[in-house]
Amino acid sequence: MKLFFGNVYRLFLIIALLAAGIMAERTGLVHYLSDPYEYPYILSRIWEHIYIVVNSMSIATVIGIAAGILLTRSRFKRYAGIVMYVISLGQTIPSLAVLALAMSFLGIGSGPAVFALTIYSILPIARNTLAGITNVPPHMIDAARGMGMPPGRILLEIEIPNAMKIMLTGFRIALVINIGTVALAYLIGAGGMGDLIFTGIEVMMTHKLLAGAIPVTIMALVADSFCGLLEVLLVSKGLRLNG
Amino acid sequence: MSTLSFIYENMDRVLYLTWEHIWIVGLSLLIAMIIGVPLGVLITKYENLAQRVLNTANVLMTIPSIALFGIMLPILAFMGFGLGKFPAVIALVLYSQLPIIRNTYTAILNVPPEVADAGKGMGMSQWHLLKEVEIPIAVPIILAGLRTAAVMNIGIAAIAAYIGAGGLGVLISQGISRTYEEMIIAGAVLVSILAIIVDGAMALLERWVTPRGIKVQRK
Repeated sequence: MKLFFGNVYRLFLIIALLAAGIMAERTGLVHYLSDPYEYPYILSRIWEHIYIVVNSMSIATVIGIAAGILLTRSRFKRYAGIVMYVISLGQTIPSLAVLALAMSFLGIGSGPAVFALTIYSILPIARNTLAGITNVPPHMIDAARGMGMPPGRILLEIEIPNAMKIMLTGFRIALVINIGTVALAYLIGAGGMGDLIFTGIEVMMTHKLLAGAIPVTIMALVADSFCGLLEVLLVSKGLRLNG
Repeated sequence: MSTLSFIYENMDRVLYLTWEHIWIVGLSLLIAMIIGVPLGVLITKYENLAQRVLNTANVLMTIPSIALFGIMLPILAFMGFGLGKFPAVIALVLYSQLPIIRNTYTAILNVPPEVADAGKGMGMSQWHLLKEVEIPIAVPIILAGLRTAAVMNIGIAAIAAYIGAGGLGVLISQGISRTYEEMIIAGAVLVSILAIIVDGAMALLERWVTPRGIKVQRK
């Protein structure tokens, strides 16, 4: 029975792959991508997309982690509950709404888009940093203190390595959402792959639309597995054995 | 202020779009639940199927929403459903699968073994055990999955306005193309408020359906 399900699943995947190949040919996607006048345009859209993602994510990572760490320090600990509440409220706000609001207050272009995306990506990163460090078993911190470590070293050598796995989950969520939202940033004039997708939908050019949608999908999937790789590299061996 | 007067002057349209938005999200959530919950229960019985199903759902979740609309468009266009509510509902159903399946799966796996054993000891059949013991205990966590899915779907349904599904996203999309600031803000704020209200309502529902025994245990 189990073997049967496995085989059905494999067969399904192969058929889906074949269908995708046939579709790519039929809709003219292969032709479109091999057009020497079109692919520099597509490439420049991909670069624009990556540029916005990298910009907003790097700022968001720095601010998010710093905010998360700051909120676990004893001086700011009492604000952690309120901040957590605000963050979860912020996360219920749809991405399109965030972009639309950024546009109506800051105007169009990639600046407002990067700003909106940064704010939106800070939320999961800060939240998971906070949760990760709060979840470090107190006996470990006590042990470190007993060994005479100053707070800075406790943070760097005990708290962050132990929280790394949860922090990386936050980073992964932020990154995947970010890549998907940059595709919407075209609507407020920031360019990116959304250009191909939305134009393709509007003028009903299937090949153009797929030339935008497929690379974005691949980008998101690659980013997701890249985070899986980061986890192998950054999470210490002992923690991975436990998990 | 002018945003409020915009909403007030266009009350009929705003109400209709809100209703449309709720309708799309509600319908897709219902379908997603009908597919997702049995699937989640099923994969607790077939362990090696579980990883595959969860991975597939995870990949679906990773696909950016506008890209999924785009990829589905030519496929559904063959059947004459390329634009409109139909593809939007399909996409929303697909996106809801991961939170619903994952929560059902973990909830049923986490039913305390002694409770399941007690049920077995009372002579319950497997179906009976599922109906009387496992599902009632799992319901709060399953609802938490539905809540995640609902909030996410409200956001994605706003994007679906671009493939002609209607809903509050229409205010945002038309506002952006007309540079009509009040309209954009009205759309964005209403979608956000809808998401926050649904989130809160589902949280209340979650508390309400939690069996009394579990609440006592938590205290």
